[in-house]
Amino acid sequence: MKKQGFNLYPGSYVRGKWSGHGYIIEKELGSGACGTVFLSRNAKGEKCALKIGSDSSRLMLEVNMLKKFGKVQGVKLGPSFVDVDDWVDPSRQTFPFYVMEYIEGAALRSFLKGKSREWVGICALQLLSDLEHLHRAGYAFGDLKTDNLLMVDSRVRLIDVGGVTQFGRAIKEYTEFYDRGYWGLGSRKADPSYDLFAVSMIMLEMAYPGRFEKGVKPSRTLMNKLTASTLLKPYQKMIIQCWEGKYLHASEMKHSLSLVLMKRTMSPPPSRRKKKQQQGSEKVELVTFSILSVLFLGVSIFSFWI
Amino acid sequence: MKPGRLKQILLLTDGCSNHGEDPIAVAALARNQGVTVNVIGVLDDRQHSKPQGLDEIESIAEAGGGISQIVYQKSLSQTVQMVTRQAMTQTIQGVVNKELQEILGKDQTIEELPLDKRAEVVEVVDDLGETCDLEVLVLVDTSASMNHKLPTVKDALYDLSLSLNARTGSNQFCVYVFPDTKKTIKKMIDWTPELEKIHGIFSKISSGGYTPTGPALKEALYAFTEKPFFHSMQDGVDPYEETGL
Repeated sequence: MKKQGFNLYPGSYVRGKWSGHGYIIEKELGSGACGTVFLSRNAKGEKCALKIGSDSSRLMLEVNMLKKFGKVQGVKLGPSFVDVDDWVDPSRQTFPFYVMEYIEGAALRSFLKGKSREWVGICALQLLSDLEHLHRAGYAFGDLKTDNLLMVDSRVRLIDVGGVTQFGRAIKEYTEFYDRGYWGLGSRKADPSYDLFAVSMIMLEMAYPGRFEKGVKPSRTLMNKLTASTLLKPYQKMIIQCWEGKYLHASEMKHSLSLVLMKRTMSPPPSRRKKKQQQGSEKVELVTFSILSVLFLGVSIFSFWI
Repeated sequence: MKPGRLKQILLLTDGCSNHGEDPIAVAALARNQGVTVNVIGVLDDRQHSKPQGLDEIESIAEAGGGISQIVYQKSLSQTVQMVTRQAMTQTIQGVVNKELQEILGKDQTIEELPLDKRAEVVEVVDDLGETCDLEVLVLVDTSASMNHKLPTVKDALYDLSLSLNARTGSNQFCVYVFPDTKKTIKKMIDWTPELEKIHGIFSKISSGGYTPTGPALKEALYAFTEKPFFHSMQDGVDPYEETGL
């Protein structure tokens, strides 16, 4: 790709040529096709995320999206917009940049590590709720993938709104693994089910962290991977229906998913052994409590005596 | 506002030209005729070092007002559609910049605009990219070393049509291969809105041992200008003119 050409290091100072607002670079958070995101601090010392690149049109389109979708119908979808400007570097070269809220969170995969498997479904459910709001406004998220998600306080958050596309238009940014066109399962026109497909692929990625390629028969590959995963067993039916294009709206897929999740929490009857263990632990607690009380009493009596 | 029609040649090759006229000069001529030239260099997945002569790829695209990219086979699909879209945006931006300079004076480009104006102009450019009509002439190098890459090329072209046909604007594609012993280039698919029927198009190809990139580009340019297309005749000299704001 095009070299981005700017030299920014921890401690560098980026000052906007239009507003004069300045930001101190702290560290790089990541870089993508059209820019690099840095953790930085504003004049008040508050943390923020600064994205800088060389394609000013593309960055400005992202700013327009951020302004529009930081909040949709009172629901926070992406990071909120802070500032946009141009930076003239010491060699008189101009680089466009914008500043947004810094969202501190964990990557989906590290969040799920060691958690029970219904969390895969719960995260997907949260994601579908956010998509429902976005879709109601007439837009698809577009480039929906794990890299664009963060877990904050056990809640999934979308962090890059650069791919948001009006329904009926062509998806401009996509990542093959999450793209239904790549798998031969539909067009690249933005509609609600384009995003729903990506949600199903995020679930598949939780079972196959290294992802996988489509092979000669893409839909066969997908089906094989799905049926071979025990993690995804409860969601199998729902995912297949998603691939068959049965869900036209996020709410429908959300409904199927909540049925699965509700069933799982009620169905496994607690086995006797578990119950015994529980009773056992209760006993231990009781004994500890009594010992502590006696000790406390003893100390009180002792001090009283003195 | 009526969106215009963009014309592009997409050259897929894996080496340096070694026969006939200078492809860079032909690309410059094409640009002058309102046809953008994009070039993609296709590497073998196992190839580690960049083969010599691939600098030419960049120079051709630069002269042709387009975009070049050197990629491994496995990322060909995504690159082909990205390069095509980027080149479209680049062309539209060029037209918009020209208009801006006419209205606001020299040195006024989208990048220089005050932020609030820029925010509006980029939406207009984005709109044009979605709604304009597009004609892509795909020119595939089928010389010996490209032979085993052709199935990947076929997939990538199908994928390109999938991406572009998601747009609101209409598309026309055609596919030529070179070298051809008789006419330098050989038409494999005539102008069509979809590249779905390209199944097996590369099966009957006898690959030659030379790479006449320059002459092939020139024939492709002729194929463009001679195109008996019902509406392209009215476009005038500069096909971008009607993209005016």
